[in-house]
Amino acid sequence: MSLADIKPTAFVRTKGHVRRPPALFVVSGLILLLLLTIMLAATVGAASIPFSRLPTALGFAAPAAGDTLLARDQLILWSIRLPRIAVAAMIGGILGAAGAIMQGLFRNPLADPALVGVSSGGAFAAASAIIISDSKYAEHIHFMQPILLPLAAFIGSLLTTIILYRIATRNGRTSIAIFLLAGLAIAAIANAGIGLLVFIADDRQLRDITFWLLGSLSGATWSKATTIVPVFALGAIAMIFIHRGLDVLILGESEAFHSGVDVERLKRICIVIISAMTGVAVSICGVVGFVGIVVPHLLRLMIGPGHRLLLPSSIVLGAVMLVGADTLARTIVAPAEMPIGILTAAVGAPVFLLILLRQRGLVGL
Amino acid sequence: MTELLTASGVSLSLGQATLLDHVDLSLRGGETVAIVGPNGAGKSTLLRLLSADLRPSRGTVTLKGRNIDAWSPADLAMHRAMLSQHVTVSFPFTVEEVVRMGAGNRSTAAVQRLIDDAIAEVGLDTFRHRELPTMSGGEQQRAHFARILVQLACGEAARGPGLLMLDEPTSSLDLKHQIALVETSKLRARNGTSVIAVLHDLNLAIRFAGRIIVMCDGAIAAEGTPNETITSDVLRRVFHINVAVAQSENGAPYLLPQLMRAATSD
Repeated sequence: MSLADIKPTAFVRTKGHVRRPPALFVVSGLILLLLLTIMLAATVGAASIPFSRLPTALGFAAPAAGDTLLARDQLILWSIRLPRIAVAAMIGGILGAAGAIMQGLFRNPLADPALVGVSSGGAFAAASAIIISDSKYAEHIHFMQPILLPLAAFIGSLLTTIILYRIATRNGRTSIAIFLLAGLAIAAIANAGIGLLVFIADDRQLRDITFWLLGSLSGATWSKATTIVPVFALGAIAMIFIHRGLDVLILGESEAFHSGVDVERLKRICIVIISAMTGVAVSICGVVGFVGIVVPHLLRLMIGPGHRLLLPSSIVLGAVMLVGADTLARTIVAPAEMPIGILTAAVGAPVFLLILLRQRGLVGL
Repeated sequence: MTELLTASGVSLSLGQATLLDHVDLSLRGGETVAIVGPNGAGKSTLLRLLSADLRPSRGTVTLKGRNIDAWSPADLAMHRAMLSQHVTVSFPFTVEEVVRMGAGNRSTAAVQRLIDDAIAEVGLDTFRHRELPTMSGGEQQRAHFARILVQLACGEAARGPGLLMLDEPTSSLDLKHQIALVETSKLRARNGTSVIAVLHDLNLAIRFAGRIIVMCDGAIAAEGTPNETITSDVLRRVFHINVAVAQSENGAPYLLPQLMRAATSD
């Protein structure tokens, strides 16, 4: 007798049976959604540019004779709106992907750099950099002024991720409870540090720190966008090499090793990528939470947990979410702007609770 | 036949505790070996050392004549497939997706056939699109067994007969599937694969193995054919129980299910 001789039971349970939609369908659908969101974001705002005028302002169509608003449209689009959309899209992609990678690394759908203190670690380091660059030591670090903030945030995030991994992982297994609690404590320490910096900062430093901590994309420029590009590209390329390893890592470190994955190398790569992504995101727009939780969670419901499709999709849906949230942030209380972190938390925190409730029965938290 | 896997003088200590004490073992192509013994005897530890998941404190393990430390994880995976004791999946992968993980990044039509065959072989055809976390422990265990079979088949297609390592593969299975798993493994051995399995059920070990290794306190207490190793004497020494061992018609021993009382209290 072999296992094949055993007839399946007559009663076939249908619960839990899933059919994944074709990959091409999902990816093209998401990209279409992103294009629509970008178009919406380009048209609405303090000065609205009707959809019909968009092709002309972008230079795709010849301007009509005597178009007096063309110069204004072009200025708004190219100097204000498009760089902001570019920054929002890339940061959103980075946040979504960093969340997905972190969840794979920690085998835990509740992992998010902002939630477990990795962003706070980066923010603390970046806030320290702001204070130091204004002190008497400034001349020593003057040469690296343009990349000081991203670099400091990267180092802060990297240290936090490594500490978190060391605390939460024992004998190749990661405890979800220890992970979340340790993240909570680390975030508290980092936030206390930020509080201290705010306390000792002078007025000008204080304005710099607070403005940036609120998490806003209003300062987006093309030069900021170019700072993000290398990290964004690095993350996108790395996905090609880590997606299979992350799939098997879900089964556990031993299983991944038995399947031929160099687990230690995979973990190192993931930790560096997560930190670089979180660092650059924090340095540009402060701590924006929950994008990294909501985006991969929604995608897993649609396309399943396989990282080959999940990681690139997280970039696209993350971009959709942040471009959308930023558009909302700069329109709902116009002419003022709402900090974007408030919006992402308003959507993200309930989703987080939803996952928690669903997971409650499955894993022993 | 040449030795496929050899462990010589392998010991493992963690702090004060000695988990394995100077174990020698060798495995030839096409052999079926069962490791049995009481809880905490070092069975799983031995298997994890043999699979390079753990490193011995002393001694060496060689696979196909080469020290196992010198193999890269990717290369190792082509020569041996190992099923661990407890595998939990916290993300909603389906049976087919989990089984496909055994194939690594290969995705040819031949690989798809291997995946289909393995799923059919463990009787999970109708569960192909079920999400693993919604299935019972036994069903999950069979899905992982199918994944290991695919990994083994992919490796053997490229590198010749390999090694199948199973750590308590039947712990969650019902009787029917326990026997089926053992038969499936023996089928692989007939084609030259070496199979080494940690088993708790001695009757199942007898049915499965050409050679049985009885472990106790981190050392090998007895080794040989089922007839040589599964005796009242060995069982009393190792498990501290009195068991009646009978002979079946084909000469294999079997244990009579009876109320077992501690030998020391007699």
